[in-house]
Amino acid sequence: MAKIANKQVICDVLIEAGKQDKDVVALCSDSRGSASFTPFANELPDQFVETGIAEQNLVSISAGLAKCGKKPYAASPACFLSTRSYEQCKVDVAYSNTNVKLIGISGGVSYGALGMSHHSAQDIAAMCAVPNMRVYLPSDRLQTELLTKELLKDDKPAYIRVGRNAVDDVYEEGNVPFEMDKATVVTEGTDIAIIACGEMVKPSVDAAAILKEKGISATVVDMYCVKPLDTDAIVKAASNAKAVITVEEHAPFGGLGSMVSQVVGSECPKKVVNIALPDAPVITGTSKEVFDYYEMNAEGIAKKALELV
Amino acid sequence: MENLKALAYELRENVIDMIVEGKAGHIGGDMSVMEILTEIYFDQMNISPENMDDPDRDKFIMSKGHSVEAYYAVLAAKGFFDIRDVIAQFSKFGSKFIGHPNNKLPGIEMNSGSLGHGLPVSVGMALAGKMDKKDYRVYTVMGDGEIAEGSVWEGAMAASHYGLDNLCAVVDRNRLQISGNTEDVMAHDDLHERWKSFGWNVIDVADGNDIDQLKAAFDAAKEVKGKPTVLIANTVKGKGSSVMENKANWHHKVPNAEELEQIKKDLKAGKEAALHG
Repeated sequence: MAKIANKQVICDVLIEAGKQDKDVVALCSDSRGSASFTPFANELPDQFVETGIAEQNLVSISAGLAKCGKKPYAASPACFLSTRSYEQCKVDVAYSNTNVKLIGISGGVSYGALGMSHHSAQDIAAMCAVPNMRVYLPSDRLQTELLTKELLKDDKPAYIRVGRNAVDDVYEEGNVPFEMDKATVVTEGTDIAIIACGEMVKPSVDAAAILKEKGISATVVDMYCVKPLDTDAIVKAASNAKAVITVEEHAPFGGLGSMVSQVVGSECPKKVVNIALPDAPVITGTSKEVFDYYEMNAEGIAKKALELV
Repeated sequence: MENLKALAYELRENVIDMIVEGKAGHIGGDMSVMEILTEIYFDQMNISPENMDDPDRDKFIMSKGHSVEAYYAVLAAKGFFDIRDVIAQFSKFGSKFIGHPNNKLPGIEMNSGSLGHGLPVSVGMALAGKMDKKDYRVYTVMGDGEIAEGSVWEGAMAASHYGLDNLCAVVDRNRLQISGNTEDVMAHDDLHERWKSFGWNVIDVADGNDIDQLKAAFDAAKEVKGKPTVLIANTVKGKGSSVMENKANWHHKVPNAEELEQIKKDLKAGKEAALHG
């Protein structure tokens, strides 16, 4: 089966939901194309709202719609959604507790060579710091589908970050272990625990395969639910390993690595090494080139693990 | 119908009590906005503690959230909570009556305080009404200093784009903000033209502290189809007492004993004039 990007899966799930429930609405800020939401706009035009290039408005309008019974999904590039409209996310969505689902598309360094203005390497830190905001970074299309279906069932705020391009599957079709707000343990081992989120889960799983060939057994935890963080899964994985590696497409501060370190530090002290983007504008290139350069790939993760065990 | 002019003066007294007891409050804007809120809540809107769960009732967002004391006084008078509780607890440790609107309190839709949010949120509410073919109306009140926020104009743009004639915004044009005269801080004396150029129906209310003029303007707004309406309500900051009127330093201030005596005296006289004048 042809792979599709996670954002496109979200759109597909929402179209099906929107056909059944007219209160499911999608909003874009001149971003329907980049969000892969054009099919929603075409199929359900009465349930689609265009705000133009105005991300603050996108979020506030979503909050107003939610207050009147709608179930809005606001899709806009993660870089703008999480920082340009941060205050609207904080006040109108989280603080006012409106049922708005914020879909940050083309997250992390998806936009590659477009530069730091288009990278969202702060969104995990920013969104996690807001009370009542949940933060999800699904790892592949199959998990994205299940997550989106779960989110349709609740009426609470959430921020979901997905990348721009299709990524390799982590799970098998028809066999996707998934429990809402519980991390998924992809592989289990005793030497090293690798805790990753979003599109860094796949290279982490591949790293575990490399390590296995070298006689090192790794646990890989897919922490798609960065907030509420599954602390039990962290403690369990860390307790059973000699050291912990976190992997995230995010700045080195305030993201998954920081959060995991807090938990491990207080619950089961052990060395935690964070693999993340640098605290600097990243080198110019496609996202793959960027990941390879900073060793945020299977080989890089495996190399770090070998140094630790 | 109640004498809303007298009620507005009575509610001003509640605000003063709140601010004196709580030792804080945005007193000047509370006074300027009082007739606007009174007219909206006691004449224009179909809203009460009993119909809050009715999806067809009218909606209101207090965008200039710092005038929360005036808002509390009006909501209490509508029966959403007891004014004695507000006066006793406002701004105190652990109080639910905090210094900006929050929707954990009955009657309040959205948490505000950061300026420039009320209009865009109101656009979403009005859009939902259009999508569901409902007849409710959405009201929001902004300060004149507030409209320097860019997000106001994002909301203004979308409201006219979507032809939201079920939306009525009010600018409390009291011409003063914390640093002084609005025209010195960031000029926008061409407000009428600005809103008009954004595709809005604009109604200038010569005296925004006059209930009759406000009523006429809100009633006229209901008749306009295909575009949102904004009322530019020319008000007096600190309205009701010579101690406070048109003085920028009364943006956020607690009166001393002497000032308090004069303010109370002036407000009582204002109420008497409304009742018998």
